[in-house]
Amino acid sequence: MISWLGPSTAIGKTGSLLPPAVTPGAFSYFSPAEIAFVDAAVSRLIPADELGPGAMEAGVTFFIDQQLSGPYGRAEAWYMQGPWQKGTEQQGYQLKLTPAQLYRAAIKDIDEYCRRTLQKAFADLAAPDQDKVLHGLEKGEIELPGAPAKEFFNLLWENTGEGFFADPIYGGNREFAGWKLIGYPGPRYNYVNEIEQYGKRYAMPTVGLAGRSGLPRRNEG
Amino acid sequence: MGTGAVLRTAALLGAAAIGALILGGAAAVARAQGATFTTLERGRYLVDAGDCAACHTAEGGKSMAGGRPIPTPFGTIYSTNITPDKETGIGNWTDEEFYKAMHDGIGPGGKRYYPAFPYPWYTKLSAEDVRAIKAYLDAIPAVRQKDEPPDLPWPLTIRKVMAIWNALYFRAATYQPNPAKSAAWNRGAYLVDGLGHCGACHTPKNILGAPKWDEHLAGGFGEHWYAMSLTSDPRDGLGAWSEQEIVEYLKTGSIAKAAAAGPMAEVVQNSTQHLSDADLKAIATYLKDLPGGGRVAGAAPTKIDSAAMAHGKSLYLDQCTGCHLEEGTGIAEVFPPLKGSAAVQAKDPATVLEAMIDGATVVATAAKPTGLAMPAFGWKLNDSELADLATYIRNAWGNQASAVTRGQVSKARKESQQSAAK
Amino acid sequence: MATRLKPVDVVLVGFGWTASILAQELTEAGLEVLAIERGKYRDTDPDFATTHIQDELKYAVRHALFEEPARETLTFRNSADQTALPMRHLGSFNPGAGVGGAGVHWNGQNWRFLPTDFKQRSHIEQRYGRKFIPEGMTIQDWGISYEDLEPHYDKWEYLCGIAGQAGNIQGKIQDGGNPFEAPRARGYPLPPLKRSAATVKFDQAAREAGFKPFPCAAANTSKPYKNPYGVQMGECTYCGYCEWFACGNYSKSSPQTTILPVLLKKSNFSYRTLCDVTRVNLDSSGTRATGVTYVDFQGREFEQPAELVILCAFAQHNVHLLLLSKIGQPYDPKTNRGVIGRNYAYQITSSVAVFTDEIMNPFMGAGALGQAIDEFNGDNFDHGPEGFIGGGYIALWTTGGRPILQQRDLPEGTPKWGAGWKKAMQENYLRSASIATHGSVMSYRDSYLDLDPTYRDIYGNPLLRLTFDFHDNEHRMSKFLTDKAALIAKTMKPKSIKVKYREGHYSIVPYETTHNTGGAVMGADPKTSAVNRYLQSWDVPNLFVMGSAVFPQNAGYNPTGTVGALTYWAADAIRNMYLKRPGPLVQV
Repeated sequence: MISWLGPSTAIGKTGSLLPPAVTPGAFSYFSPAEIAFVDAAVSRLIPADELGPGAMEAGVTFFIDQQLSGPYGRAEAWYMQGPWQKGTEQQGYQLKLTPAQLYRAAIKDIDEYCRRTLQKAFADLAAPDQDKVLHGLEKGEIELPGAPAKEFFNLLWENTGEGFFADPIYGGNREFAGWKLIGYPGPRYNYVNEIEQYGKRYAMPTVGLAGRSGLPRRNEG
Repeated sequence: MGTGAVLRTAALLGAAAIGALILGGAAAVARAQGATFTTLERGRYLVDAGDCAACHTAEGGKSMAGGRPIPTPFGTIYSTNITPDKETGIGNWTDEEFYKAMHDGIGPGGKRYYPAFPYPWYTKLSAEDVRAIKAYLDAIPAVRQKDEPPDLPWPLTIRKVMAIWNALYFRAATYQPNPAKSAAWNRGAYLVDGLGHCGACHTPKNILGAPKWDEHLAGGFGEHWYAMSLTSDPRDGLGAWSEQEIVEYLKTGSIAKAAAAGPMAEVVQNSTQHLSDADLKAIATYLKDLPGGGRVAGAAPTKIDSAAMAHGKSLYLDQCTGCHLEEGTGIAEVFPPLKGSAAVQAKDPATVLEAMIDGATVVATAAKPTGLAMPAFGWKLNDSELADLATYIRNAWGNQASAVTRGQVSKARKESQQSAAK
Repeated sequence: MATRLKPVDVVLVGFGWTASILAQELTEAGLEVLAIERGKYRDTDPDFATTHIQDELKYAVRHALFEEPARETLTFRNSADQTALPMRHLGSFNPGAGVGGAGVHWNGQNWRFLPTDFKQRSHIEQRYGRKFIPEGMTIQDWGISYEDLEPHYDKWEYLCGIAGQAGNIQGKIQDGGNPFEAPRARGYPLPPLKRSAATVKFDQAAREAGFKPFPCAAANTSKPYKNPYGVQMGECTYCGYCEWFACGNYSKSSPQTTILPVLLKKSNFSYRTLCDVTRVNLDSSGTRATGVTYVDFQGREFEQPAELVILCAFAQHNVHLLLLSKIGQPYDPKTNRGVIGRNYAYQITSSVAVFTDEIMNPFMGAGALGQAIDEFNGDNFDHGPEGFIGGGYIALWTTGGRPILQQRDLPEGTPKWGAGWKKAMQENYLRSASIATHGSVMSYRDSYLDLDPTYRDIYGNPLLRLTFDFHDNEHRMSKFLTDKAALIAKTMKPKSIKVKYREGHYSIVPYETTHNTGGAVMGADPKTSAVNRYLQSWDVPNLFVMGSAVFPQNAGYNPTGTVGALTYWAADAIRNMYLKRPGPLVQV
């Protein structure tokens, strides 16, 4: 085959350049109890209301599950050599736990805390109590034996934002719930004409990396 | 190897233009008897014009040593060793034997060639030009490499069968100038229909792989890419191109309205970018004088399904405007326009589909070294999307061409995968 | 046992901007040049294709184009009384990896430094007196002048196709440009980018507030551009995915879009990828580099001999290599002796978020689409009453509105999460913008790089250790800039603003800039510099060091333009002086 292509391209054919399609609902890391916890927690972090779906409806729990099942959850790109020491706030993450391990340890501890102090697992608490617990974690006022509360809350909030606003191919932002809330039209590559139409709302339909449906479809042949 | 200011010749992109006195590598020695430097230079130029390397130099292989698989609709043929090696190359051939091969398609001992070797076009060459080519081929480094037998079904393996094909479709005939036309026109005809063998891709073929001579340069296939019509049809031909644009395209690989990618990229890189300005102008003169062959201008436009157009438009706006812009205008010298493009409106959508499925890289020439690329979309869009998108670009912005079906897309995918497997 | 390879004339460590420029220049001089890159090969198609590149999670959040700390990172502490701990995942800065380096994923914000920036110490002493410089601030002159660099800034700008409006052409102030910029021989090769809604509002407000705003110079092409090498670039389409992403339509200046198409075809240039240089090798005298040692992706070690070794890796990686190779005297903050690792600096930034009622469409943007004022940069204003040194520009950039990480500024009092947060996001995403201040950081005795005593990389080498904090000088200067930015913000007559001062200790956690400088600074005195004015090592004359490691302190501008200019300046010195007479180019 004639090869006029540069050194980076294999002769001929490009495989998919997007991550493999996820099957919504096919959890591979969280246990049912963990799903219940995360569903409940993210429902408080970004609740469903008159503005539209919240984080749970948008599939954020599944998103986080998929992320924790992969290289991110395993902290593959992170420097995870010891020795391990608690650092200053300015020195950042110094836990021996990977994100996946942190979730597991923290959720277990938080549910135990809730059962001990409020007689129910987190997912079964009333919303105001759930909020109180979340605030307590956020401020680091709740002591968890297996994981630092503040660290876990920050990670959970970070991942929730990711799941709410990442492209739907990752399992969250279902049907563009996050993007439609704020008015972000999705990845488009040309605003040459529109950028100077000051004050005008952009009218094109929302699109994702896999097209307007959000999730990639099989080749219909 | 010191760090003194050693000036080396940094060879950029292929041989120098005609008249340059630098030959590469070890080819400086004239081995052919009585061959003057001028003859050798002329031979080298003609070898560039004929693009012999396209077939006779395998990828990663030694120059002109053959062994390159040439796909044909009937199977694969392997190019031969045309270096001057006496056992495995053509070192033992006489000038007459070489002439007979080029002119009649018959090798020493009566061995008939398959027209994958474009003798139906090389037949037009003058004896003097063939001698110069031979002189050059005698001077390049000899490589010991045995020829591979072709991979064809019986009875095509019996070369004598080609006698029938030749009787039906081939007339050995040196080019005869047309006295009614200019010298430039005749030179152009000699190059296009002779050494350039443009019709080997640009002329349609029948099921026996023979050129349909009465549809001369009206569009054909180069591997699984569609080589557009070179006639004067404004949509499906060179009707909208000026002579200057044809010259610049062949010399640099691109003009504002088009860019050479696919098999044509390689033709520009190895062959036409090395031709003289005078020869390029001659080619342009000849091509611009071809009658309008493609579709009849003013024919009633084919009816295109509006749902397909709407679907294609939405895909276009989502996927393509980053480079080809909203109105299909592209960016001159960067991304070719789709609006008004002959390649887009070609009779057969194979090239459009190939570019969409696998992407395409514009040829990098000495004049325009960038080699801008279109990425592949075949992995991202399914057959129905590709079909409607292709239909849209072929009929938007004043374009007019046939709609594209899912069947055509699926065929294009298959052919693309088959060619990758080779 | 390392396998010894065939020698080359020049070996370049790394294959990003500085290596690409040097390779092009030195191959033109007829030398045999080899670049060794730790990352992989990358090109516009398929690696940056429009079909997949606008993936915020993959690239901006999970850092697909950057180096992985698992392979190389550093340890960090604010001060020497702390234990430095590893930067376990990227935060404050994002070094690149792969062919093209950070040139692939930068925003393209392009500046020239001011003439006074190059004479930081002597100018301040002359204008404000020696006592104006606080104890422990180790600023120094660069050993070159702006005038030395001017033709090389020009060469860099025409290489890249910088889009901008000149402010000072040969001494004549130009309408619409930066009136404070240093004189330039000629204008930019391309006109400025289109303006976004927010930059138009900033422009109006800045004028009203009495300042002279101008469009920021951009390495994002405003029109199709063919550079002097004949390489063709496209035209920016304002897709809003510049920094941390790669450009899919050839409109961001990078090695790939400006140099590699011609460089890679040269028979006297070659490169190796997935090869990690671990040492610069010296002969027994310790004053001559014999080549480098590197490890390939299979873990095999190779010795690559060369006549000339040039460090072209990212800023502090060059310093790390010098320390590991025992070239030059390592800096000791206690004695204030030694030069390798000395004078590390950074950038101090802050912002003022602006919330309006108008649709601003933040997702339409380009990496260097901005409007700025330069009244408070360098020594453009009287520092006497203020009592600090340095300054920065104030700009409203519209680089994009990527929903996960950008556009998350919300009005004062917005709850951090919950229904209130959600409502605020819905109301403000389309209608907000951010004014940034981009301030200088001086060098200090207690800001430096050295080798960590505890933590190791994958080869068992000690990690680089960073000791750095913001000082009082920088905090006060930054507050000054932020207050000016707030003034402009208020003049925009918004619904509300949110002033975000940069306060407290420097943290390795939130992203700030990848403008790490120093550690192998250039200068006139070998006692306080690692390289001379031509970026040649004082200790090893056949070793040169590129990049921002050579900045003696950092100015109030993005560094890449100056890095590019210095590379052309050094290439010129190598071609016209060093190659004619190899040896020290500066005698002391």
